Amino acid sequence: MNFYGIYSQNKDLNLGKAFSFISPVSIQESLEENNLDTKQFLGLLSPQAENDLESMAQRARAITRNYFGNTIQLYAPMYLSNYCDNSCLYCGFNLDNEIQRRKLTLEEVEKEAQFISSSGLKHILILTGESRLQSPVSYIQDCVNVLKKYFTSISIEVYPLTEDEYVCLVAGGVDGLTIYQEVYDERLYAKMHIFGPKKDYLFRLDAPERGAKARMRSVSIGTLLGLGDWRKEAFFLGLHAKYLLDKFPDVEIGISVPRIQPQVGGFKPICRVSDKNLVQIILALRIFLPRLGITISTRENPEFRENLIPLGITRMSAGSTTNVGGHTLYGEEKGQSSQFQIQDQRSVGQIKAALERKGYQPVFKDWLCLL
Amino acid sequence: MEDFLEIAGEKLNNRLFIGTGKFSSYPIMKQALEEAGTQVATVALRRVDEGSKTENIMAYIPRGCKVMINTSGARDAQEALRIAHLAKAAGAGNWIKIEVIRDNKYLLPDSLETLKAVEVLAKEGFIVFPYMSPDLSIARRMVDAGASAIMPLGSPIGSNRGVKTRELIEIMVNEIKLPVIVDAGLGRPSQACECMELGAAAVLVNTAIAVSEDPVKMAKAFAQAVYAGRLAYLSGIPSAVKTARASSPLTGFLRQ
Repeated sequence: MNFYGIYSQNKDLNLGKAFSFISPVSIQESLEENNLDTKQFLGLLSPQAENDLESMAQRARAITRNYFGNTIQLYAPMYLSNYCDNSCLYCGFNLDNEIQRRKLTLEEVEKEAQFISSSGLKHILILTGESRLQSPVSYIQDCVNVLKKYFTSISIEVYPLTEDEYVCLVAGGVDGLTIYQEVYDERLYAKMHIFGPKKDYLFRLDAPERGAKARMRSVSIGTLLGLGDWRKEAFFLGLHAKYLLDKFPDVEIGISVPRIQPQVGGFKPICRVSDKNLVQIILALRIFLPRLGITISTRENPEFRENLIPLGITRMSAGSTTNVGGHTLYGEEKGQSSQFQIQDQRSVGQIKAALERKGYQPVFKDWLCLL
Repeated sequence: MEDFLEIAGEKLNNRLFIGTGKFSSYPIMKQALEEAGTQVATVALRRVDEGSKTENIMAYIPRGCKVMINTSGARDAQEALRIAHLAKAAGAGNWIKIEVIRDNKYLLPDSLETLKAVEVLAKEGFIVFPYMSPDLSIARRMVDAGASAIMPLGSPIGSNRGVKTRELIEIMVNEIKLPVIVDAGLGRPSQACECMELGAAAVLVNTAIAVSEDPVKMAKAFAQAVYAGRLAYLSGIPSAVKTARASSPLTGFLRQ
């Protein structure tokens, strides 16, 4: 069964009924076990579990320390292009938004790469708007060829590709894939994605699997919090991660749970996800899937990010900008062409110092290109 | 009597090897290695950042401590070979711990891919240490392939569960003529001591030291436990019996 089959089996799940079977005792029992089943995972996402957040945090911290140690992997995002063929209600790159559209030349990519790598970071995540026309796979590969000189690990966060296209990029030096479903609720997905190729729910849903088949070393998935019911979205995210972990045991599977931030289009979240809710999601995912990579992005503010670290975080972005060329070229226009607003604008050096103060080793390099 | 572990011409007095991942900082890692007096540290090549002045792990390995590069991240023999060759080209030496893992859930090794890498690298002159499940048949093949020691796991990496494979480790110690170094899963010094009492040539510890509240003190505790276990092994540990054995036996007069 593919993941859509698992989704289909669970999409009409009545959360109220499912939660009615959860008791304080069953939650405590879950915290003492090593291999939780999906019902126990759901229990950790329940309203009842909000009374057990401290116990969950202690458990999550112990698990994370054992498997990942006192380290946090750092990476920088680099936006290559903000052209987009889609109309998605929540995104600043929506083709209906009148923003300054740009695509970096290879010379500009090199300039950005020089700046980012001067901070010492060796892991980069390159992003584009979802336009095959403006940022085709050949363009992404050209950029990767430039970036290989500066970084030892290159991940992509672009529109979903075919397996063959992923195979080509892996052969060309890409080792990581990030692709968020945005919202697992299929009906809501249709409402949020008004126009464009991104309307194809299934092609996006299967993209992580195609990337794993193509021998990506790491695959990261996510749901954009603020669209669907967060408990259900987090549940599907956990099921999706488990599906990938089980099917591709040699691929590092990671997740991210970004919350919607203000952007040019002015979209307001449909459902509120509080700090407490986000903490519960992270704890439940960590306890359910102990070896899962968990990324916290610069969408969250510095203080909150730091508080989240011991709860299960393994990766953080640093020195971020969501502008195309935002590191060196077009910084003065911040906010005018960005995908969303970031909350943590600290430099790589500042984040490094903050991690060290907290007793964590910031890891700048954790892979090497084997090509 | 002088007691040392000899591997590829190196004479090691300290039988605690330490892994260098998961520490909260490189300076603390260095202090831990120094406090334990360890003579062999494993380093993942993926973490080595040669170009960095402050983030290069190699600069924090104490002088006199041998570096054993590990192939962490390798998913098959080809990737392990590539990492070993890159390590050698980078001047990181030729002691290689072959770690091939295709299972991120339990981090258990793929012994067949490991064996393939051992066969090639040993022929190329590397000093090869295969990390493997404690399987006697595979261990014998590793020996035939040219391994310099065998590194069976006590329990899964980072699990701190101790020597769950005790009986299989005992068989390997009895049957394999190369040094048997117990690697992975040792969560407390007493478990390291247990391995040494069984006759392991050395143990390799990382997580239990790196994530303890005081890694420097914990490194020392492990070093002392390893030393105690070795001394006990050399002393000949009396086997346990269920009944009392009087120090002044009642039938002693019969031997007079």
